Amino acid sequence: MPEVQPKRYKVINGMIVASVVAVMLAYLIPFYWICSTAFKSRLDAATVPPTVFFRPTVTPFVKLVTKRAQRRNVVTPRQYEGAKWYEKLVYDEGERIITRSEYLNRFANSIIIASLSTLLALGLGTLTAYGFSRFKVPGEKDWLFFILSTRMLPPVVVAIPIFLMYRKLGIYDTHAGMILLYTALNLSLSVWLMKGFIDDVPAEYEEAAMVDGYTRFQAFWKIVLPQLRTGMAATAVFCFITAWNEYALALMLTSQKAQTAVPFIPSQIGSGLTDWSTIAAGTFVFLLPVVFLTYFLRNHLIKGVTFGAIRK
Amino acid sequence: MSSDAGSVPLVRRGLSDLAIRNLFVIATILFLVLFNVFPLFYSLFLSFADYSATGTKAPVWVGLKNYRDILNDPDIWKTFSLTGRYVLITVTGQVVVGFGMALMLNRPFRGKGLVTTLLLLPMMMSMAVVGLFWRLLWDTKLGIINYLVGLKGFVWLSSPDWALIAIAITDIWMWSPFVMLLGLAGLSAIPQHLYEAASIDRASVWFIFRRITLPLVAPLLLIAIIFRTMEAFKTFDLVYNMTGGGTNTELVSIKLYNLAFMQWNTGKSCALAYILLIMVIAISNIYIKYLNKAKER
Repeated sequence: MPEVQPKRYKVINGMIVASVVAVMLAYLIPFYWICSTAFKSRLDAATVPPTVFFRPTVTPFVKLVTKRAQRRNVVTPRQYEGAKWYEKLVYDEGERIITRSEYLNRFANSIIIASLSTLLALGLGTLTAYGFSRFKVPGEKDWLFFILSTRMLPPVVVAIPIFLMYRKLGIYDTHAGMILLYTALNLSLSVWLMKGFIDDVPAEYEEAAMVDGYTRFQAFWKIVLPQLRTGMAATAVFCFITAWNEYALALMLTSQKAQTAVPFIPSQIGSGLTDWSTIAAGTFVFLLPVVFLTYFLRNHLIKGVTFGAIRK
Repeated sequence: MSSDAGSVPLVRRGLSDLAIRNLFVIATILFLVLFNVFPLFYSLFLSFADYSATGTKAPVWVGLKNYRDILNDPDIWKTFSLTGRYVLITVTGQVVVGFGMALMLNRPFRGKGLVTTLLLLPMMMSMAVVGLFWRLLWDTKLGIINYLVGLKGFVWLSSPDWALIAIAITDIWMWSPFVMLLGLAGLSAIPQHLYEAASIDRASVWFIFRRITLPLVAPLLLIAIIFRTMEAFKTFDLVYNMTGGGTNTELVSIKLYNLAFMQWNTGKSCALAYILLIMVIAISNIYIKYLNKAKER
């Protein structure tokens, strides 16, 4: 940095600190707001102007996993005493629980579809990346370009013919359909990232192993794969997050049985007054895994978002 | 690399290298052809046909009629100009804010790792969910934004003038950190001795920024700009969850969705999809070219 007069330097420094604080606030407030709304009672969430201080409650989470109806009759003290803690919370807001909500199923769908598609994309992607990394493939650049270009397709454009195709095959709104689709979605990322990681492993290792009598496949399996552990973990997390977050395709290609959590959360907004605290609770639960995974990924982020082209 | 030279025995056990290569590479390519190329050919065919996915009639060949209808529809030009405006606002905003953040954070300080990770969180989140919870933040009565900036009762998402701006600000919030990430990577790669030389020459801060910092970060910033342009052009999740495409926010992806899955005008929607596709291919070609350049550096 250039030498600046101390006074001017102080002013500039102060401005920088102030803008860093301003930016941090701009990023923290929305997070704080979604977290805090998830712990507000319905009354607190609907206060004008918005409340910053309130008594936290887990009622939104209870409401998230239940279907409820307006309570007609007054709850007798006896009934209230005999009720379970979560029933009491719902009684307090003038409702009663009918049954479990769909949220848990949708959440499970998200986990199943994202995990299995990640496994498939990672497995297939690693093999393909190995093929591209170690052997001469005619038109290699063009093929890699083709693989990457599938990632750039707007989801709505792909969804129309896939919808017709899936309907014909009878896999519209099925787990299998979504898993295959997300595998295709993530393959490009998986191939590109894994190719970068495999390129970093010296080919001499396998050659040496093959001299010792390993087959090519054994050399790949026993020598190369163990060295790719970090790379594969990072790639898997990227694929998982992509599948976990995907919205447009899920919206257009599922309706109930295989619907994931993302299209489900907004669909809770009914007509009339929106129950923001329940939606915030759903969002909170949904975002939590992403927060942890992002922290785990923090050193690989730049690789992931540029398909491995830029490494730090 | 698959040389049979030296001590490697000529007759290998197991699959040959060629077989392994073909097996590994062709599997993925087949998969992608099945899930991306084949459907696109199918929709290319449908774009020349009069067809509704909910109807009972088979597709009827109508030639270029769908394309003609779309390009003659005045609404579509409004959609495209809206999309263009959206791309311009969001990408400019992201570059200014994101590069600004990169400049501020490009120095060692306590808690830097934590701050950067926190800033990078939004872009790892689902755009649909971000849109949904920003809808609460922009809410006229319950929204914290109106409360913080002191605009009591200001209407954002239901206003034809402000809805697009509100969505763009949300987009900028979410993706500025992406520009920041690439900006930081570029800044940290600038050799320190350039700055030292400049300071010996008593160069001004502005001169250093313009002549050293900017040109050296430019290639990475360009990648960020092209990538964000492409994504902004395709924006669907965010808008769909904030306004549903109402109040002057019907971007081209939303228009396409409505045409295909609301009006079930499958033939016409495939034609619009192809127009969109050609535009995206054009942008992504530029993008991949620059990615390759960055890789070779």
